[in-house]
Amino acid sequence: MLIPVKWLKEYVNIDGIDTKELADRLTMSGSHVDSIEEIDKGVNNVVVGKIEKIVSHPNADKLVITTIDVGEEKLQIVTGATNINEGDYVPVALVGAKLPNGMKIKKSKLRGEPSFGMLCSAEELGIDEGLIIKELKNGIYILDKEYPLGQDIKEVMGLNSVVIDFEITPNRPDCLSIVGMARETAATLNRDLECPQIKIENEVDQIDQYVNGIEVKDEELCPRYYARVVKDIDVKPSPLWLRRKLAEAGVRPINNIVDITNYVMIELGQPLHAFDLENIKGKKVTVRRATGSEKIETLDDVERELNDSMLVIADNEKPIAVAGVMGGANSEVSEETKTILIESANFNGRSVRLTSRALGLRTDASSRYEKGLDSNLANEACNRVCQLIEEIGAGTVVAGNIDIYKSVAKEKVIDLRPFRVNNMLDIDLAADQMMETLNRLGLESKVNGENIEVTVPTFRQDVEQEADLIEEIGRIYGFDKIPPVPLVGTLTKGEKSTARRIEDNITDILVGLGLNEITTYSFVSPKVYDKVNLPKGSLKRQYVEIMNPLGEDFSVMRTTLVPNMLEVLTRNYKYDVDRAWAFEIGNIFRPTSVPVKSLPYENKTLCIGMYGKVDYFDIKGIVDSMLKRLGITNQEYLREENYVTFHPGRTANITKNNHVLGTIGEVHPDVLENYGMKERIYIAELDLEIIGILSNLERKYKELPKYPAISRDIALVLDKDILVKDIEKIIWDNGNKLVEGIELFDIYTGDQIPEGKKSVAYSITYRSLDKTLTDEEIAKVHDPIVKALKENLNAELRA
Amino acid sequence: MKEKLQNIMENALDAIKQSSNLEELDNIRVKYLGKKGELTQVLRGMGKLSKEERPVIGQLANEVREAIEGQLNQVKSDFKEAKKKARLKAEKIDISMPGKTKVIGHRHPLLKVKEELENVFMNMGFDVVEGPEIETVHNNFDALNSPENHPSRDLSDTFYITDNILLRTHTSPVQIRVMKQRKPPFKIVSAGRTFRFDDVDDTHSPMFHQLEGLVIDKNITIANLKHTIDMFIKELFGEDMKTRFRPHHFPFTEPSAEVDVSCLKCRGEGCTSCHGTGWDMELLGCGMVHPNVLRNCGIDPEEYSGFAFGLGVDRIAMVKYGINNIRLLFENDMRFLNQF
Repeated sequence: MLIPVKWLKEYVNIDGIDTKELADRLTMSGSHVDSIEEIDKGVNNVVVGKIEKIVSHPNADKLVITTIDVGEEKLQIVTGATNINEGDYVPVALVGAKLPNGMKIKKSKLRGEPSFGMLCSAEELGIDEGLIIKELKNGIYILDKEYPLGQDIKEVMGLNSVVIDFEITPNRPDCLSIVGMARETAATLNRDLECPQIKIENEVDQIDQYVNGIEVKDEELCPRYYARVVKDIDVKPSPLWLRRKLAEAGVRPINNIVDITNYVMIELGQPLHAFDLENIKGKKVTVRRATGSEKIETLDDVERELNDSMLVIADNEKPIAVAGVMGGANSEVSEETKTILIESANFNGRSVRLTSRALGLRTDASSRYEKGLDSNLANEACNRVCQLIEEIGAGTVVAGNIDIYKSVAKEKVIDLRPFRVNNMLDIDLAADQMMETLNRLGLESKVNGENIEVTVPTFRQDVEQEADLIEEIGRIYGFDKIPPVPLVGTLTKGEKSTARRIEDNITDILVGLGLNEITTYSFVSPKVYDKVNLPKGSLKRQYVEIMNPLGEDFSVMRTTLVPNMLEVLTRNYKYDVDRAWAFEIGNIFRPTSVPVKSLPYENKTLCIGMYGKVDYFDIKGIVDSMLKRLGITNQEYLREENYVTFHPGRTANITKNNHVLGTIGEVHPDVLENYGMKERIYIAELDLEIIGILSNLERKYKELPKYPAISRDIALVLDKDILVKDIEKIIWDNGNKLVEGIELFDIYTGDQIPEGKKSVAYSITYRSLDKTLTDEEIAKVHDPIVKALKENLNAELRA
Repeated sequence: MKEKLQNIMENALDAIKQSSNLEELDNIRVKYLGKKGELTQVLRGMGKLSKEERPVIGQLANEVREAIEGQLNQVKSDFKEAKKKARLKAEKIDISMPGKTKVIGHRHPLLKVKEELENVFMNMGFDVVEGPEIETVHNNFDALNSPENHPSRDLSDTFYITDNILLRTHTSPVQIRVMKQRKPPFKIVSAGRTFRFDDVDDTHSPMFHQLEGLVIDKNITIANLKHTIDMFIKELFGEDMKTRFRPHHFPFTEPSAEVDVSCLKCRGEGCTSCHGTGWDMELLGCGMVHPNVLRNCGIDPEEYSGFAFGLGVDRIAMVKYGINNIRLLFENDMRFLNQF
């Protein structure tokens, strides 16, 4: 909200407070200053002068010699201007003056005649082109009336101004006005507020001579419709003061009638609209919903399609305005306009907001209505418009009004307990101080026993209960004046859930193992499920869909982290990153029913993805090391050949105690091709909830062995397809508790090994907790192991 | 016999002197002192000597043995020392050659900051809790006192799954969950993913992160809120940081404030980044929990009060690391991540 400080000063005395202090104090009472604009066009030494005499130049046809009275002296100034007359008041740049365009005025001679200054055009004074009336665009700027001679032109024309831009929170539509901000200022600075006095001098005829009634068909969307008529309208440009004030407040001047409605909107916060009454068919106004086929050309010359959710103002034939948004071109005030109907209505905020959004048309009016305006403001604002039209002589006000207002907004009364104020804010304020603050804000307060009884005016719809009043007192008192106090009471120790501690652990372990932590969006494109080749019936294709996505790429909740991982790895590959090892911890989402009726199930999931200097056993080693640190050992890797995202020969499900922890493997070449990836990718996707169930972060010391370990190496030749896991199971099962560890140290195929066979070499470590094992004791275990390997796996011992 | 011993000694010492390595020394030891060595042979002949001669020769023989052994040991240790020195010299390396780097991974800067923030509050006695990314309209808006007509509820602001289920637009619904589950007093923080209908650009992302804090107890005041936020800001950015509580409006707190902190670039001096104000704007929003919110969760506002605060984790991470484009956070370029 742009607030010109000079305009603000009309309603609240801020003498002795400079702009910076004003801005700071209002910021600290809740009206955040976004910016301060000081407009100083750089006009210096330009004063009001009166043209006393104009005589022709003896040596030049196109120049004249003027005598200008600037109060203290009379100056001879030579000018080429043709629009001046004796008696005009004009801006005079004295010798030594500086103008915004950089010009410096010196004593000079023009064709032999001395000249002591310059008469100025609007442009030379740096006035924005938009503010200049056509007739004054060319030539010297003729002042609109007699001003004291010699007075600084900056004061006369308001060339210097300060405009403060406030951020108004959505709960305070009343502050979207000069008066509203003046009220805030008065409360903040503890000064008096002077609202404009609204009074119309002369009213003629009666409104029903001009209007055949107003009908509101949808009272929910239009709680109040107030209208008056002004006749003998003289549409022309507004006086400079009006145009200037509007421009400073960020509104483009159009003509006197439109400008006055805008002026009052800015001043009081009530949007208004003036219709050309001649163009209202049947002279009757109906406020109704549009029909599906209706269209309207709005004031911005755009034809807009309406529908039955939109409220319109209509005459007997057609819509003439989109309620609360913009008027129609068909009833626009023009130079021919003689009689106007002034609308000052209250429309439902939500309806205006949805209509404005649907039309893609946001206006000063709609942005006020959508926040919810005070319906009791309508009459006052309308009368203010009439008053100003009368004041500038632009029309004659017709007596009477039409006011369709069934459910009248009423003031609320709230009891405020002063001790609650002091407790909540931790201050010690007397009740009468609280009342003073509230009264300054327009919240009428009086003592009621122990309490304060507050009458809340209808323009403060945000104040609903005691807490709201506490805030009002707090913010005017100043949060910055409340000293910080530490929390007391039960000392608590902050905690994280076990699940979170496991996640933190995993993050530490994986970062330690060389992986980078990544994070990706929770929503993906449904196409990613095709990209990873999931079959039609796959459970992972049962996703939660977003009703109103930003686009297909963000339209469904992910059911697996694998596509995001592939996306990230591929992107890095395309950036020429030679190695990317990464992991993400995030939720996957499963609907609890299709279609979704209740909150979906969110499952914390870990995805590890790697390319560059890795193979299956690297990623498996990472998973095993990680699980071991979480207290999970002896997990099984079961071959998985049917998960089509993965390589059928290089993929496993990781299981333990009937739990499936997840899947690990190399990505299928078809999928890699879909992603345009030329290197092999390895991925493990693990269910963190299962890991949470299986993990054990507790540790107990186990006594260190007292007796030495002895190892025996064996090399076996057996069928190529036998899994080492099966060999190891036989060793463990026959180990008679003396096998402490098994280490696979060589796998070999090729020379000396028959076709279809492989050589596998193990080092088996034996140890007893009770004694040093003898060769015989070891043999008693080792020989049966070898025997069992021979019998079960047809393994031959290699020399 | 005497001469024989003298000769043995002289020959042995001479041989030791001539020797050039440990092996030769060992041979010398065997030759003279070994079981079949020359000195041993001589001593074996002692039995033939007279009673008088025996102790004299015996003593002499011992002296000879000691002399030879002494010399042997001396030279032996010299050789060892020389050998060690030679080895050390030979083993000299170019210590400026590169080390064998072990790959260590990198935390994501955003999640690292998120955890740091959580830990600061955990050390202040707050429990770290989590809530779901998909929420009910009730928890995300209604229970938080958000007006039914509030624009933030629009389809153009919030992602909906159904009319009653949405992607949470802030972490505040966790407040509702905690207040409904726990009995006061409690202190919690909750950080996580949040979603708003924003197209991706340099500063916006449809997914971002917030951290939410909530304290409920008897007699909690705005002065406690100020103290908690002050401590947090000083802990996070340094003791010289100042805070400024500007009244603001949030539906779920009353009174509400936005917190500005000393400009992180100039530390409050005033610079171009803070437009000369010395303040970094709107780092955090906070306020006293609205009595309607307490009531919605079954907590009596006459008995309990509390405060809540929320802040953007992405923004803090970006400020902290000087990251100028939010897209970098979700692109996961390894060259970016490797910097943290």
